[in-house]
Amino acid sequence: MTLDLFLQHLSNGISLGSLYALIAIGYTMVYGILRLINFAHGDIFMMATYFAFFGIATFQIPWFITFPLVLVLTAALGMGVEAVAYRPLRDAPKISLLISAIGASFFLENLTIVLFGGVPKPFPAPKLFTDVVQVGTVAIQKLTFYIPVVTILALLGLGYLINRTKTGMAMRAVSMDYETAQVMGININRTIAFTFGLGSLLAAVGGIMWGMKFPQIQPLMGVIPGLKCFIAAVIGGIGNIAGAVIGGFILGIGEIMLVAFLPNLTGYRDAFAFVLLILILMSKPTGILGEKTAEKV
Amino acid sequence: MLKIEDLVVAYGGIEALKGISLEVEEGQIVTLVGANGAGKSTTLRTVIGLVKPVRGRVLFKGLNLLEEKTHHMARHQITLVPEGRRIFPKLTVLENLKIGAFSRRDEKGIKADLEWVFSLFPVLQERSWQLAGTLSGGEQQMLAVGRALMSRPRLLMMDEPSLGLAPLLVKEIFRIIQEINRQGVTILLIEQNANAALRIADRGYVLETGRIVLEGTGRELLANPQVKAAYLGKRKGL
Repeated sequence: MTLDLFLQHLSNGISLGSLYALIAIGYTMVYGILRLINFAHGDIFMMATYFAFFGIATFQIPWFITFPLVLVLTAALGMGVEAVAYRPLRDAPKISLLISAIGASFFLENLTIVLFGGVPKPFPAPKLFTDVVQVGTVAIQKLTFYIPVVTILALLGLGYLINRTKTGMAMRAVSMDYETAQVMGININRTIAFTFGLGSLLAAVGGIMWGMKFPQIQPLMGVIPGLKCFIAAVIGGIGNIAGAVIGGFILGIGEIMLVAFLPNLTGYRDAFAFVLLILILMSKPTGILGEKTAEKV
Repeated sequence: MLKIEDLVVAYGGIEALKGISLEVEEGQIVTLVGANGAGKSTTLRTVIGLVKPVRGRVLFKGLNLLEEKTHHMARHQITLVPEGRRIFPKLTVLENLKIGAFSRRDEKGIKADLEWVFSLFPVLQERSWQLAGTLSGGEQQMLAVGRALMSRPRLLMMDEPSLGLAPLLVKEIFRIIQEINRQGVTILLIEQNANAALRIADRGYVLETGRIVLEGTGRELLANPQVKAAYLGKRKGL
């Protein structure tokens, strides 16, 4: 393999990893605050691509208005799912919440099929992003560069929000102790809703770029990326945001490199994530950045 | 200031409080003593809204607290130092203190109170950038008290602040409770260490399996033979 080709694969892997990272954060944040695997997260990601499709293709709204609109709508959708499927179960056993999550996932998938049809639709990516540039001897889509840049900006924003703002501090406090957080004056319902909104917004950022990179959307497109990003979150240590990012990149780059170096295994591309999951669960079940839960009391 | 009337609380059909009434006057230190399971923690948790009672009334300066959400209590300047400290282990010491002032908007006042808390507990200032989970048990207790003070409470409820601390630290905590009280904070204190608590209390209530069996000034209760026998480790007749 030539260096050029390797770099092309690497840049591909980094942009796929970026997308995984953006979606994985939603899983890990919700897990951190609710101890829940939000199975509907992959479907929220799918809905974001439909929102973008309708904005650009159906209503002919320019992309720079559509994309922010998609972020807002998807965040609202995430908050809606939380309010309908999870909030009423706040004091219920965790297993009820999990089943509700699976229900929410199926509901969103089937709702999309009923409303928009099961036939795949072409994602209307603006030409600005899909243009190809020549780097040395290789041709690379501009998008491949934009994706990591947008991801890094989103991550910086997220880091600032979580570590430097009062709302972020409230999110961290609620994820540790509901009761005490309330005593401190934190409205936990509002904080949890905000967390869902934020995770869904990042999934929308990922969804829009996913749609441009793999420009065909359909109602079940969220299932496999959703599972993989959940795996990414587990690999990184679920509940840990930096872990989700690392897990996302490991998965994205690993998957592309597997196909690049071992073309015979192309058919097993999706299995890669699951094999990695099994390996991690056997060697370090808490994930790369996960910690043991025991704390001094 | 705080008036509890005929409070009944049940957990799944079992009554933890069987109709207690008590009163805390402004500026006082009032203590609830009693064995495990007597209903002391339940009383505090009901006042702050974490537990919903079957019946009864809880009034704070005429305000019906049973209709208030827990996260609004800080705004009414009521706070709780929970049992087992419950500091936020993965927040820094400084963040733990700031979160105590979550409901407040007066930046200047918050800063002044932070100085006050640091003057009460200098060790917290030294360790302000450390994760709270890395503090020793005694330091965590100080942090829990400091965090509660950051809400600038008028009523500070404390659930066993001396539990698990070395005797010297227990003394220190009780000294600080008195100091806080002198600054105008009314205190409702739960203690297993009945001796120390009654010594500093203006008023005390003795709880037994969900009922108040004795009440009086701290001094009266200290001298009471029943209390001595049950809680102060002195056998009858000695």
